[in-house]
Parts: sequence; C-alpha cells; structure tokens
Amino acid sequence: MPELGRAALVATLGLVLYALVAGAYAAWRRKRRLALSAQNALLAAFGTTLVASLVLVAALIRHDFSFVYVADHTSRELPTGYTISAFWGGQEGSLLLWLLLLTGYAAAAVLLNRRSARDLVVWVVPVLGAVALFFAFLVVVVATPFATQTTPADGAGLNPSLQNPYMMAHPPLLYLGFVGLTVPFAFAMGALLARRADERWIVATRRWTLVAWTALGIGQLLGAHWAYEEVGWGGYYAWDPVENAALMPWLAATAFLHSVMIQEKRGMLKVWNVLLVIFAFSLSLFGTFLTRSGIVSSIHSFTQSSIGPWFLGFICLVVLGSLALVLARLPLLRARTKLESLVSREATFLYNNLLLVALTLTILWGVVYPILSEAVRGESVTVGRPYYDFFLRVFGLPLLLLMGIGPLVAWRRASVRSLLLTFTWPLGVALGTGLVLLALGAGSSIPGLIAYSFSAFVLGTIALEFVRGTRARRALAGGSWPRAFSDLIARNRRRYGGYVVHAAIVLLAIGIAGSSAYDTVDEARLAQGQTIAAGDYRLTYRSLEERAGANATELRAVLDVSRNGDDLGTVEAGKNGYTAERQVSTEVGIRSDLVTGEDLFVIAELNPDGTAYFRVFVKPLVNLIWLAGLVFLLGSLIVLWPDAREQRRLATRYAAAGIPARR
Amino acid sequence: MTLALVLGALLAIGCVILVALPYLRDPEPANDRLDSLGELEQRQLELSEVRDRALGTLKELEFDHRTGKVSDDDYRSLVGPLRREAAGALRALEPRSRETTASRVDLRRRV
Repeated sequence: MPELGRAALVATLGLVLYALVAGAYAAWRRKRRLALSAQNALLAAFGTTLVASLVLVAALIRHDFSFVYVADHTSRELPTGYTISAFWGGQEGSLLLWLLLLTGYAAAAVLLNRRSARDLVVWVVPVLGAVALFFAFLVVVVATPFATQTTPADGAGLNPSLQNPYMMAHPPLLYLGFVGLTVPFAFAMGALLARRADERWIVATRRWTLVAWTALGIGQLLGAHWAYEEVGWGGYYAWDPVENAALMPWLAATAFLHSVMIQEKRGMLKVWNVLLVIFAFSLSLFGTFLTRSGIVSSIHSFTQSSIGPWFLGFICLVVLGSLALVLARLPLLRARTKLESLVSREATFLYNNLLLVALTLTILWGVVYPILSEAVRGESVTVGRPYYDFFLRVFGLPLLLLMGIGPLVAWRRASVRSLLLTFTWPLGVALGTGLVLLALGAGSSIPGLIAYSFSAFVLGTIALEFVRGTRARRALAGGSWPRAFSDLIARNRRRYGGYVVHAAIVLLAIGIAGSSAYDTVDEARLAQGQTIAAGDYRLTYRSLEERAGANATELRAVLDVSRNGDDLGTVEAGKNGYTAERQVSTEVGIRSDLVTGEDLFVIAELNPDGTAYFRVFVKPLVNLIWLAGLVFLLGSLIVLWPDAREQRRLATRYAAAGIPARR
Repeated sequence: MTLALVLGALLAIGCVILVALPYLRDPEPANDRLDSLGELEQRQLELSEVRDRALGTLKELEFDHRTGKVSDDDYRSLVGPLRREAAGALRALEPRSRETTASRVDLRRRV
C-alpha cells in the first residue's frame, strides 16, 4: 500500500496549498464561500494525513519490509509496542507525525472557532496552511516515509535506547507541545492580518496554548525519566542541546501564559505578547530542527539528514515575516494603560517574564554558540554544564522567589502595610525552614539551601492563599469547609489551578536541588561476595545472571541491599545485547523509597572475569521530580477545565458586538 | 495495487466534495461577501473588554480585601478609580449597543 500513503500525502500537500492560497485570497477579497472552502481543505488535509499515517502503522505492524522506513527501524523480533512507536523513531515518521498533529490541531481549531471567531479564522486558515505546507513538502519531496525496496528477510531493528516504555509517550507528547504552539501563532498572525487589536485571538487560543504547554511539560519530564533509566549516567537532565530544544519553547510559552494575563487584566503588553508567541513558535521549529537535522551531537538525536537547510530557511521566513507584520501593525498594538507601580501584580509578572526570557536566551546562546563556532571558525566548542547551572541559579532562583511574591501582591499597586500583612507568614516559614535545614547540615550547598528556603516561601504563600480564600468563601456563602474549598477553585480555576502548577514547580525545584546538590556517588570493582557502602546503604554483589528477553540477551549483576542493617531485597544492573540491532545498552538498577523520595541508583560495567565495576548513587528527593509531573498535570487540568461562567461572559461580549450573527 | 488505486480515488473524490461543499450547498448565493467588523463594532468590542476588565479586577479586589490580602487603605484607594472605569465603560456602551441593535434591526428591515 505505499502508493496509497504517497497519494494521501500528495493530496495533503495539494489541500494545504489550496488552504493557503484560496484562504488568503478569500480573506483579502472577503469571499465567503471560498473562505469556507479553504477551511474545509484543512479538515480534508487532516483526513488524508491520517490515511497516510494509518498506511505506515499498518506496514509497521505487518513487518512489511518493502517499506524502507519499516526495514530501517524495526525487526521481526521487536515487541509490538515498540514496533508501533517506531512510527516516530525515525526521521520520516517523525515528520509525518508533525504533519498529522498539525493538521489535527488545524482541523480542531477551525471546527471549534469557525462560528465563534469566524472573522479571525478566515485569516488563521492561510497561516496554518502555510506551516502545514512546509511539513507536507518535506514528507512528500525531501523525506518520504513511503520509499520502497526489494523486501529483505528482516529489518535493522530499533535503536535500543528507544526501546523503553517512556519512548512510547515522550516523543508524541513533545510533538503535541511543539505543534500545538502553531495554533496561538496562527491566531496571533491572523489577528494582525485582520487588523484586530482586541483580545479575541487571546481568548480563542488560551486553551490551545495551555494544552501545548502541558504536553511539552509532561513530555519533558517523561524524557527526563527516560534519560534517568536508559542513558545510564546517573542523571536525568544533561543540558543536552536536544533537551534544551524542548525546554526553550516551554519557557517562552510559560512567559506568554503569564504576560497574557496582564493584557487581559490591564490591556497592556500587546506587542510583547505577540512577540512571545512568535518566539515560542520559532523555538518549537528550532527544536524540531535540532532534533531532526542531526546538526548537533546529542544522545537524543537519532538521525543525520539533509533537511537542515530547509528548516533553517523556513525558520528565517517565519521570524522575518512575522516580525515584519508586527512592525506594520505597531500603531494598532499601542497600549492605552500604563504600569502604575513597580510593586504590583502586573509588575511581578513583568519581572517573571524578563527572567524567563533571559533564561531562554542564555540557553539558546549555549545551544547556538557551538554551531556558530563550528560554522564560522571551524572550531568545535562545547558549552558545558557549569554555564547552564550558573544561569539557572542566576535566573531560576529569583523566578522561584517571584512565584511566591506574585500572588501576594495586588493588581495596580500595593502599599508597604499590605505587603507586611501578607508576607509575614510565608517569610516566617521560609526563614524557619532555612534555619532548620542549616542546623541539619544542608549548608554544604548554598544554592541548595536558598532553593529550599525559597520553596518553603512559595509553598507557604500557596497554602495561605488557599486557607484565606476558603475562609472568605465560607464567610460569603456559608456551608462546609470542603464545599467552600471546591467553590473557591471552581470560581477561579485559572488562579487556583495556577497555584497547583506553582506547587508542582516547587516540588520540581526541591527534587532537583536535593538530587543534584546533596547526592553522593561511590564506586568500586567487586568480585562476587564483596560489598560496597553508599551512604546508609550496603550492597553485596551476589551473582551474575543471564536470561533471554523478547529481542535481547539480558546480563544482570544481582546485588543484595541493606540499609542500617535492614534487608531491603535486591537490585539488578547490567547490559542488554540486542541481536537484530547488534548493539549493547546499559540497564541501570534503581531502588526507590517512596516515603523519603530517595533513589539508590546502580550502574554496572561487567567484566569477562566475572567481576563488575559498580557506580552507586544515592539521590535524595529525586522522586519529587516525577511527583511534580502528576501535580503539574492536575494543576493544568484545573486551569483547562471549561468554565461556564466565563464562557457566558465572553458570549455576551461578542454577541453585543454582533459577531455570532455574522456570515 | 488495485485496492490502493480504488482507495486513493475514493479519498480524492471525498476531498474534492468536501472542498467544493460551500459551492455545492449554495450555488447562487444572494451575498457571497464575508462581513467584517465595522468601526462601530470594533469600538463596541474594545469597550466591552474595558468593562469586563474593570469588573473582573473589581471582583478580584473585593475578594482579596475580604481575604485580608489587600489592606483597608489600599482597598479604598483602588476601588474608586476601578468603579469609575467600569461605570465609564458601561455608560459608553449603553448608547452604542442601542445604536448597533437599531442599525441591525434597520438593516434587517431593509433586507
């Protein structure tokens, strides 16, 4: 069926080209039926891309090695789950996934907004069409997943690093995030093209941005967990260029989600918001470029390809085109209100934005500098961990503190008296925590101690906000405490859901500080029966076991673990030898303590004489990082949950302007 | 190959029908022009945003005052301008919404 796949992708290319050209002409000449036809073309493009994707999935499941892509990325022995995940395991499949998600997002954005925001959608369609055209061109002309060959007996298999359950969810979620940022970008450009300076584009895209941002956040955490389990170096984030590629758009989108509130509450920062959307979208394209072009050497980059120049050209086009449009519409975007005080909620949001953008730019420079150095001077340069860690402290710690300050400061301005009233308790909690930790010996890492104290401050503020809010709701409406609490959240999901997300970031900060500033590592070469001590743990190398896995030979060193004399069972670490792929992977042993959040992490290098070289890490609080993911998801869901009251208010607003009644 | 051709042809036909649907449904429309927001309606929308913004901030201020986050002095200094802003937007919207409704009714009558 490769012909069907190819035909479907050619149809997609034609449809998105039509959406771009007909959509732009219809919006310019105000042609109603042509505009609707262009919208339908985007819907049809999703259908054709879905057909192409199903053809590829069917070929993967059937082990149809006449497809070059299937033969290059799977083998007969590969378990079915990983066989399906090979869809995004290679270059061509990844690009097809981008296109599938993009046309899916585009179709959903058109369907959900074609009535309520139809005046904007007419301009959004050609923008979405233009972005989709680029990716459709890539999968039709440059990197087709439907190339065929004489059928070989077996395939080359999937890179062992990708044979991990987290790899079944991590790339699709990252792509959901990357691609999802196209929607706010398209609406922002649509609003500028339509000469609309109101908030309609923000209202229409708030949830899309949140979905993309949540997917990107969760995707990164799953990626970090994959790196922790699979890469076998003892960490979860190495400031690798590809890891940074996902972090940068997430940081830019975080800045946008905050600054957009200033536009909604105060009518300010219109230009800044549009610029942030362009920045976030361009970074998502840059991230895909970094991952897919093979331009950087990365443990996460599994391809070398020729799509780099195409991507660079497209990114330049997007950045220059959108900035030119912003410049052309500057007079429309002037704010009518000003910042009244440097001590106000909007000012803290502004500081937060500046820090987030500064952090993003420093990371971007760290990623770009080695590429530029290689290209311009021919010198290979590496920007290492100290650079990123330094700037993470410089910008990250004040950001953490601001998360606590922001919610306590009123909009417009706050007096010293008000600040004293609200800051007393959280400050007390932060100082108390700092002193207790200092007494317990946490002063060995000053940044770690500061991070913990700031975290306590933020958690204190969040708790105070919930307690005061619930008390006030109960005083207003009566009823039980749980009822008042749920009412409080239901009446302002954005604010209280946001606090839950802040709590997740605090958990993340505590987990990172604990596992990086206070971790320990011990290493030794052991013969069977010998013991290594690591912190409070003692590990005895009991035996070496060999067993057959689904598609690999598993070799494991088995260690008996005890802590302070208590037997904790065994932990296994070793190697997997993959037959079809002819590769060996490191398989680490992890023993998690869910009560303390601590991990015992073991890496084993097995020697032919039966001895093994062990590296044993004790990582305090590392499990809080993964717990943060769950809390982050909960907070995001609270914010994303439909708010009937808000929808009624918006419906009234747009009905008053006659928008739903329009053709 | 044959099955692929048949499926491909069906897919192409489906796409053409979907894209042509607005023309098939409405071959000879009385009006094929997309409406756009007039100056009056744009202004109406901007005023509605100002009103919603002021009312929202006012509501939040009341709640923050009730929780004790905003002191009495801050509340008194902030609530006045906010109320004036909201009242101003409401006043400005009042005749406009009447005007817009009237013009729409007038337009419908003429059609």
